[in-house]
Amino acid sequence: MKSDQADKSELPKAIWAKVDGRTELALSGEWMRGSVPEIRGEELCAWPDEIRTESLGRFDSILPAYLLRKLRESEKLDPCLSGLPDNLRGLMELALKVPERSDAKFDAREPHGLLRMGIVSESAWKATVSMLAFIGDTVVASLRFFTGRAHFRGKDFWLIVQDCGVGALPIVSLISFLIGMILAFVGNVQLASFGASLYVADLVGIAMVREMGVMMTAIIMSGRTGASFAAHIGSMKANQEIDALKTFGFNPFDYLVLPRIFALVLMMPILTIYSNIIGILGGMLVAAGVGIPPQLFWIEMLTIVDLTQASLGVFKSVFFGAAIAISGCLQGMNSGASSSAVGQATTRAVVASITSVIILDSAFAVIFTILDI
Amino acid sequence: MREPARSTKISVQGLTMAYGSFTVMEDLSFDVMEKDIFIIMGGSGCGKSTLMRHMVGLKEPAAGEIHFDGENFTSADEAKRLSFVRRFGVMYQSGALWSSMTLAENIAMPLEEHTDLKAREIRDLAAYKLALVGLSGYEDYYPAQVSGGMNKRAGIARAMALDPDVLFLDEPGAGLDPLSSRRLDELILRLRDSLGSTFVIVSHELASIFAIANNSIFLDTDTRKQGATGDPKELRDRSDNEAVRIFLNRGVTSGKRDQP
Repeated sequence: MKSDQADKSELPKAIWAKVDGRTELALSGEWMRGSVPEIRGEELCAWPDEIRTESLGRFDSILPAYLLRKLRESEKLDPCLSGLPDNLRGLMELALKVPERSDAKFDAREPHGLLRMGIVSESAWKATVSMLAFIGDTVVASLRFFTGRAHFRGKDFWLIVQDCGVGALPIVSLISFLIGMILAFVGNVQLASFGASLYVADLVGIAMVREMGVMMTAIIMSGRTGASFAAHIGSMKANQEIDALKTFGFNPFDYLVLPRIFALVLMMPILTIYSNIIGILGGMLVAAGVGIPPQLFWIEMLTIVDLTQASLGVFKSVFFGAAIAISGCLQGMNSGASSSAVGQATTRAVVASITSVIILDSAFAVIFTILDI
Repeated sequence: MREPARSTKISVQGLTMAYGSFTVMEDLSFDVMEKDIFIIMGGSGCGKSTLMRHMVGLKEPAAGEIHFDGENFTSADEAKRLSFVRRFGVMYQSGALWSSMTLAENIAMPLEEHTDLKAREIRDLAAYKLALVGLSGYEDYYPAQVSGGMNKRAGIARAMALDPDVLFLDEPGAGLDPLSSRRLDELILRLRDSLGSTFVIVSHELASIFAIANNSIFLDTDTRKQGATGDPKELRDRSDNEAVRIFLNRGVTSGKRDQP
């Protein structure tokens, strides 16, 4: 008995052998997690005609898992399981009870080379098409709305307005103020060496109202509101809430997308004006620190910042707002129905909205240069 | 049990369901009569919920047609389809309540949009529907603040908001405690008797199926075709299809047919 004990606590072994034309599998040792089984002669044969387990010790799921894999490989319909201890045979029978559904398996091979390139470009093309289709849908739905044939809940709209308007004020204030200060600092260092410190006012003013105010607001809103749109709509989709809207006869596009786009298009210009003012105040503070009194700063700034200049940023903000809202809602509506898919949709929404804001801004820069404003 | 006067409510003809190139079920044909409690049953993953999604118009059939009250639903245009959809009530597996609204608001929203009722009446109706499913006093809770089973029951209350002709319930009893599940069966029978609603229920709770159903379809996972249709109690004892008998007897195949 004692020697038997010692034998059973040995390393796990599976030894396949051919004896008189019959295949034999001898299992021995302790098949516990953490020990690497020693397998010999596995390639010899498909499934043994006889299994010997005299010196098999304790085992956990490793052994049945190994046997199941061998069984599947052998593709034998009625495998011989006799010779296995009762508990192990019971587990194997349970695992084999419902046959493997061969058509349920996905092709999990990694695509490579040209195939991968094809898949990537096809999905890029599809993304472009769905973006264009979504913009088209937005235009059509807006037309429906303004002709009274589409509607959404007023309460929803005002909640969204509150969230992407007033709710964004603290972060917009902080960022704009700091940006105004940074512009003034950096500008002052350069201009002071020419003795032209006063022009810091022009620099801060023009930079804020034309570019930095609207740009910073757009980037904040991409990360804040665009992401929130995508996550909200995406999780509604994952939870079948969008299906529920449809089956109650509500058009999800009208109810979810339109109020968000309208709210952001309405709030972006207001936030931009606010951001401009706060940024200029930040610049003024730094200027005051280096000896330019606020009154002087203001008068100098007004020599170059007129209403045309100031309205450029506000004009752009309308388009940026639409781009951010459309990117967020599009990714939300196209999101898959799982929590990880919602996460991916949110990421894509932020990337897409920042990218589209930058592209739009470049386009505007070219247009304004041509128009000479 | 079957009265000849009842007319066909829903008629499904030659329906094939597919996700892309993957065929879920082929060639389903069955009728749901008025006031039926019709069960869609079958093993997990056989396409029960998918069949329901086809019947409420969330998914386009790969082939075949669905008729409501003799009118073609599959080929109907958007406006016509909307008028059909407003006569349905649908409860989804997880409840699918709108999470930014309270339970009462969830029920009130369809009423606000599709009826001319006053706010007071809507509030009363919402409270009444919640009371029917045993959720009195939970009007102002948000879906995230109540349990999964309560979400489900509130989902049923919302499905009943517009007093629909046909109620589609996706696994209403799953995850409910035995008492709530029993109450739910009673509720379904009461509603059928008092309002004359037709029910289409996805379920595999055998006790509940035998207690309420008078008609059913069994989806056979192996053949990807319909196994049988008819009263589940009859199918259990006398179906020609062995898979159906096994399913309805919880795998115990004593099978009266097999014995001499």
